[in-house]
Amino acid sequence: MSTVATVAAALGWPSGTVREPHPGELTLEAHAADLPALADRVTGQFDARLVSLFASDERGSHGRFVVHHVWSLPRLKAFLRVAAPVDPAEPGFPSIAARYPAANWFEREVMDFFGLAPYDHPNPERVALHGDWPDGVWPLRKDFHDGTSVPRVEGDFHPFRPVTGEGVFQVPVGPVHAGIIEPGHFRFGVAGEPVLYLQLRLFYVHKGTEKRFERLPWRHGLFLAESVSGDTAVGHALAYSHAIERLAGVDVPPRAQALRVVLLELERIYNHISDIGAVATDVAFAIPASRAQAQRETLVRLLERLFLTRLLRGTVAPGGVKHDLSQEGCDALRTYLRAFEREFDDLIGLLIDSGSFTDRVDGTGVLPNQAARDLGIVGVAARASGIDTDLRRDHPHDAYDGLQFEVPVEDGGDVRARLMVRAREVEQSFVILRQVIEALPDTPLRTPMPDTLPAGASALGWAEGWRGPCVHWVATDERGQIARVKVTDPSFLNWPGLVHAVPGNIIPDFPVINKSFNLSYSGNDR
Amino acid sequence: MFSILVNSLKTGIVTEDRPFDARPPFGFPVIDFTRCTLCEECARSCPTGAIHIGTTAPGQRTLALSYGSCIQCRECVSACPDDAVSAGRATEVAAYTRAQLTQAAAFDVDPVTGRCTFRQIEVQPGPSLEESASRLRERIEGRLGRSLHVRQVDAGSCNGCELEIAATTNPFFDLERFGIHFVASPRHADLLLVTGPVTRNMEIALQKTYEAAPDPRVVVAVGACGCSGGIFGEGTYAAIGGVDRVLPVDVYVPGCPPRPQAILNGLLVAMGIREARLKPESAPV
Repeated sequence: MSTVATVAAALGWPSGTVREPHPGELTLEAHAADLPALADRVTGQFDARLVSLFASDERGSHGRFVVHHVWSLPRLKAFLRVAAPVDPAEPGFPSIAARYPAANWFEREVMDFFGLAPYDHPNPERVALHGDWPDGVWPLRKDFHDGTSVPRVEGDFHPFRPVTGEGVFQVPVGPVHAGIIEPGHFRFGVAGEPVLYLQLRLFYVHKGTEKRFERLPWRHGLFLAESVSGDTAVGHALAYSHAIERLAGVDVPPRAQALRVVLLELERIYNHISDIGAVATDVAFAIPASRAQAQRETLVRLLERLFLTRLLRGTVAPGGVKHDLSQEGCDALRTYLRAFEREFDDLIGLLIDSGSFTDRVDGTGVLPNQAARDLGIVGVAARASGIDTDLRRDHPHDAYDGLQFEVPVEDGGDVRARLMVRAREVEQSFVILRQVIEALPDTPLRTPMPDTLPAGASALGWAEGWRGPCVHWVATDERGQIARVKVTDPSFLNWPGLVHAVPGNIIPDFPVINKSFNLSYSGNDR
Repeated sequence: MFSILVNSLKTGIVTEDRPFDARPPFGFPVIDFTRCTLCEECARSCPTGAIHIGTTAPGQRTLALSYGSCIQCRECVSACPDDAVSAGRATEVAAYTRAQLTQAAAFDVDPVTGRCTFRQIEVQPGPSLEESASRLRERIEGRLGRSLHVRQVDAGSCNGCELEIAATTNPFFDLERFGIHFVASPRHADLLLVTGPVTRNMEIALQKTYEAAPDPRVVVAVGACGCSGGIFGEGTYAAIGGVDRVLPVDVYVPGCPPRPQAILNGLLVAMGIREARLKPESAPV
């Protein structure tokens, strides 16, 4: 039975309503009222995980808004996008957040940006727009011009949960933090040192990225994708390029697919080393921290030699890649891997053989498996809480289908588990890189892209970046111009995980717990 | 403990004596205006509008390239059919005004054929680099001494600039040897190192951070976004744009992101001691 028929039968939906517009991507149009029932069936039948949830404004062409639920069906190696039209006269849709907490922020973001109310949402407060944003102004609606200067509303904002009781108080932190990091506000409720709860106020670096995509030609959108989160330039450039290529029906040449794997794994390695060093920094273990920084710098200098860029910007292009890896380049990479593998082993040994280090990370900041499942946690943080998920294996992109590699999973859910998942992923990246550079196919680097994209079409693009899945949904209007780009960064799904991992720990452990997640503010806020 | 000691001895010193000696394979694009025919391919290829072509008078056109908006994507280099745009290798660029980051040239248009020919390099209005440098030096004269305490503020960045700012503290660059130290509070800071297109949601926090820093406070804008709004633009509902739209900026360090050497260079320029401490040939443009 075809995937389409399997899904239709399992969901009890007429088979003609499920389509497969692009390989590995199913769509299903449903009434908004059926969204909760469909969510139950998709998760019940396929063990599906929520990938993204967003809206689009199609009032101009079809007189409607559309709410989209995107599910991953790993068993079928397919995504299912359920699209439900919403009548502008009744701007709302049924919430699934009470049963699927992963939908919580997504639905509130739809409310903030489109003015569509999530009915029966357990906490229908703003998530993206700050308190000084006026009511009734929805920036992702088509009739909102992106150059609008929106006045600030006066008032007393940040309605944080109050704390009461003897010796119980609040600690506000941010948005400007003490280190060289991104801005966000944390509010701790504490009793002495132990944290009772943590509340977040994010979206300080909301740059209107999704709106900006609608103003740029699709070729320039690539550079915006690279700036969704600067540390994930390859991950987001791939997700965007995949969506554009699938829209245009363009196949990427095998050599470019292989080189994309090289780029994505090198990005993973430089970030993972950096994070491992940062965890050491946050428990004041200076020697491995300094070694990790030096290893990372050595790697980014090699990247600059091989690809003319330290942080791998400008390497991916829709249709392929911009730079070849020469024979000398492959040799340099091989030599590097040999030396680096030993140094990396030493680094991990330094850390886990030190009792004073393991004392700080063992059992610290535990995100239990059940909480991680309920919240829809993804990427490194999910695998450290015993969830076996990885798009490279479950929805293979680029050349991953033909590669042998393991997906490391740890059960602890603590800082150490997140550290060890990273360490083992770096080792797997070595395995992947060796396989790829031993057998680089000899083909062109790019397939030429057509001048225009098909009109009134859409496609998903995805890549398992170093932090987790980067997923873009790109839709075109009736002239083939970009009508909507929805960017989902793994950080958006994982921030609520931090909120669950921190309570019960002491405040001095917060930096190391936060670092072990290392979530992107920019990717979250866009 | 013993293994840590052995590891440290084995590693030795990795800090580089001359951080500015290494030339990158690609810095900012350089336009050879004499080869340019004003075909506009470079301007069309530029995602941030860093290359601007305008008509000043009948028969006269200009081409301007601003490093302030350039995200170093190299699209213009491959777009140019006349090989007039090449990959420059200078990255340690710092300026005191936005205008100083722009190079412009005037072209004559042949009324019959419409062909454009190069006439002259346009001189930018405003103070020269030397004048700006001495003004800044006067303002901070004697106050900073030989040390500089820096508070970094991300006012909307994608975090690319943060990665490279953090890299200046790694063992290879080790910026503390120049007397530069990152501090946790603006109240301890001589200088604010600001990144990002300032967002609507960070505007107030940035202003408050500035007010909390003691005089004479120096502001350095880092990155294409900090200099001009970059790929995110200026004046959108969410992004106000370059840091100078909110605070007075003393030094601009362009790049997307600027390399650690460029950031280090920008900080030394801000201290007014760049030339005194390091070789003159790597001085700013």
